[in-house]
Amino acid sequence: MDTNKPNLSPAVDAQGGIGAVPVPHTEHADHLHHDEHDHEHHDQHWLWKYVFSQDHKMIARQFLITGMLWAIIGGTLSSLFRLQLGWPEATLDWLKPLLGHWIDAGKLNPEFYLALVTMHGTIMVFFVLTAGLSGTFSNFLIPLQVGARDMASGFMNMLSYWFFFLSSVVMFWSLFLETGPASAGWTIYPPLSALPQAMPGSGAGMTMWLVSMALFIVSQLLGGVNYVTTVINLRTRGMSMSKLPLTIWAFFLTAILGILSFPVLFSAALLLIFDRSFGTSFFLSDIYIAGQALSNQGGSPVLFQHLFWFLGHPEVYIVIMPAMGMVSEVLATNARKPIFGYRAMIGSLIGISLLSFVVWAHHMFVTGMNPFLGSVFMFLTLIIAVPSGVKVFNWLATLWRGNIRFSAAMLFAIGFVSLFISGGLTGIILGNATLDIQMHNTYFVVAHFHLVMGSSAFFGLFCGVYHWFPKMFGRMMDEKLGYIHFWLTFAGVYLVFMPMHYVGIAGFPRRYYAWTGFDAFSQFADMNKFISVAAILAFFAQFVFVFNFFYSIFRGRRATENPWNSTTLEWTTPIEPGHGNWPGEIPAVYRWPYDYSKPGSEADFIPQTVPYSQTQSSNLPYEQEVVD
Amino acid sequence: MAHHAPSATATLDAPRTGTWDGGNEPFKASYGKLMMWFFLLSDAFTFAAFLTTYGFIRHKHEVFAGPGKFFASTRWWPVPDQVFNAFPGLHGVDLPLAFVALMTMILIFSSVTMVLAVEAGHRMDKADVQKWLLWTILFGATFLGSQAWEWTHFIHGTEKGLTMADGSVVHGANLAVNQYGPVLFADLFFFITGFHGTHVFSGVCLLIWCFIATTNGTFHKRGHYEMVEKIGLYWHFVDLVWVFVFTFFYLV
Repeated sequence: MDTNKPNLSPAVDAQGGIGAVPVPHTEHADHLHHDEHDHEHHDQHWLWKYVFSQDHKMIARQFLITGMLWAIIGGTLSSLFRLQLGWPEATLDWLKPLLGHWIDAGKLNPEFYLALVTMHGTIMVFFVLTAGLSGTFSNFLIPLQVGARDMASGFMNMLSYWFFFLSSVVMFWSLFLETGPASAGWTIYPPLSALPQAMPGSGAGMTMWLVSMALFIVSQLLGGVNYVTTVINLRTRGMSMSKLPLTIWAFFLTAILGILSFPVLFSAALLLIFDRSFGTSFFLSDIYIAGQALSNQGGSPVLFQHLFWFLGHPEVYIVIMPAMGMVSEVLATNARKPIFGYRAMIGSLIGISLLSFVVWAHHMFVTGMNPFLGSVFMFLTLIIAVPSGVKVFNWLATLWRGNIRFSAAMLFAIGFVSLFISGGLTGIILGNATLDIQMHNTYFVVAHFHLVMGSSAFFGLFCGVYHWFPKMFGRMMDEKLGYIHFWLTFAGVYLVFMPMHYVGIAGFPRRYYAWTGFDAFSQFADMNKFISVAAILAFFAQFVFVFNFFYSIFRGRRATENPWNSTTLEWTTPIEPGHGNWPGEIPAVYRWPYDYSKPGSEADFIPQTVPYSQTQSSNLPYEQEVVD
Repeated sequence: MAHHAPSATATLDAPRTGTWDGGNEPFKASYGKLMMWFFLLSDAFTFAAFLTTYGFIRHKHEVFAGPGKFFASTRWWPVPDQVFNAFPGLHGVDLPLAFVALMTMILIFSSVTMVLAVEAGHRMDKADVQKWLLWTILFGATFLGSQAWEWTHFIHGTEKGLTMADGSVVHGANLAVNQYGPVLFADLFFFITGFHGTHVFSGVCLLIWCFIATTNGTFHKRGHYEMVEKIGLYWHFVDLVWVFVFTFFYLV
């Protein structure tokens, strides 16, 4: 469409980026293209532009906003069960208008409590931190940062969102069933989940959970093959794998993990559907229920756990790796330093990806599996500390003597590193079979994974939104509100989960609705109240972000083309890139993405699009030869 | 350090152009073909999970330890030779695994005709593509028909049946009873061969669509028959999966 336009050579584009001030005519040209581009699409029906869009940027925004809605629902559910845990004797009649018959004689119905924790986990892990996080940023950043017009298949990408949407509708619907949504925990272990008569939540709610997850897996598959093939085939000229930003490496490996692990959950879900609805006994054997012996013989609930955790463990890396990628990018950009150990960062991502497939049984130390097998899984689990340690040291080394700009995104990136260290250390404790047997199913585990993958991934998500908001919406988010949001959240997270470790070590069990009846735990009444207050405050602090987000979409300060003086390709597009991303030719890439504060260079950053011929003063000897 | 292929050289103001340097298809495959490969990888894990389930449950069951000759019981896993020994039209003749071997041969032949269809596509020979697609569809449909016969036989069972502990006699199998052995054997049989059969069925549907598109000249106008190739990949995968199902279910 732009073949007759004066071609912006990459070099001209790049010079715009070398100095702090872009070369005026470049910017002007971009606007010109952009306007024309808009005109081309003005007659496009809003339905195709905003709803059934095949533009990866619109699909990313759809994922983000759907994810935010889910996060609010998931957070509300946790506030409800924290009310029960913090004030077990209080009257909750005031919630009756919201919860109806789930408030039973002034109390939260015990079955509903189980539904709350189940749905909180499911929503946060899958709908927010998988779809909302990697769905948003893989979609948004992969084409922009590798230099592609769009995803390999825009149509499949659109389907990916709409399968996610369908899956969301089914899951949301299940919240309103009379018997309640699924209640067997987010890990839906049989036999509880396999026998509809086991409890109200094992009825229609469980069926809808499984249907919703099957749709979700289809969405993941459609998205995943798209992300992977886009990274392999659609990189622009010069963008070798060793010049990819770490974000792309993280999304790439995350997508591969999803492609290889979600199908196993699909298998498990299908087998479970057969057990539930067609009378098979894949996961059932020797069961008495309500004094009656069931005819199911020969199956194994432990088999389900193996299948579930074969997904379940890579899943936590599916959640955390995109956050790691974005944090690496934001730390380097805002410390104005190259990322420390670029290749080590890629290597550690690959190492984590490989190891994530061979550690699943560390979730199952207490299932009665062979202790020798347990020790093998323990060994492999503890090895993950090595690549994780490499990443943490590299992040810290990137910050070391950096010229740090404390933008809101940067604060969240630093917060991520902090949470990842705090939560990671307890991972080493829990990875030991001998210690895990003591800690299993206590709040210590809850605290561990909420820090290391829950809160960390949320921090990565926030970091990404603050950083790429200008590219997403053409405006800046409010920094002051960002600071308020950060400090409330950062303090909130630690105030919630630090004490939780303590009650966990003391043996306080997770998933208990009524704990006041146990002498051993009643001494933790104050601690629980404290955790609940902190959790609810931290939850409400998120509305600062929600307000900031929606306010800034419409009223935020207008963004410039490259507000963070960043080197990567997405900042060479117009302020609001149209469908196709670059108005002219896609720029070629000459260098790695982390040329910040390069000795000899006047500007403190050199975009990837600047050829070495223009930076003679800062070229290293081997770059001067350009044989690499 | 110029250890790359000659094309990987660059000058100070031109980007490198090696295989993996961008603007390229490093695996010499279009994105569509790559997507099919990754989908198949994913699907392989689905089947792997089912076959693992089979192995896990099989080894949870007691092993027949004698005395005397093996006989069917709900306590131990059956011997496939004794379960799958019927052949259409040959009532009462003991032909262990003969029919399933024939089915396997048919499916493998369909892979051969699929290869020929893809090869004809490379030559842009529309008539040949049509011919070989039709053969593939025919073999695929025959396989599905054979599976239907085998399922029917498995469900109806033998006249002798199996005498249970309470003296009742069970004929054939479904998801709740099984004359050949533990109920889970029948559950797994229906589940795994059913899941594979669903894949074959989808494959046949795709091939029929492909045949229609070929006949309409859609691919010829497009200038290439890559769609035939992509569906071919799927078809070979489904065949390969059958080899594993056959091995684990019938042979070992």
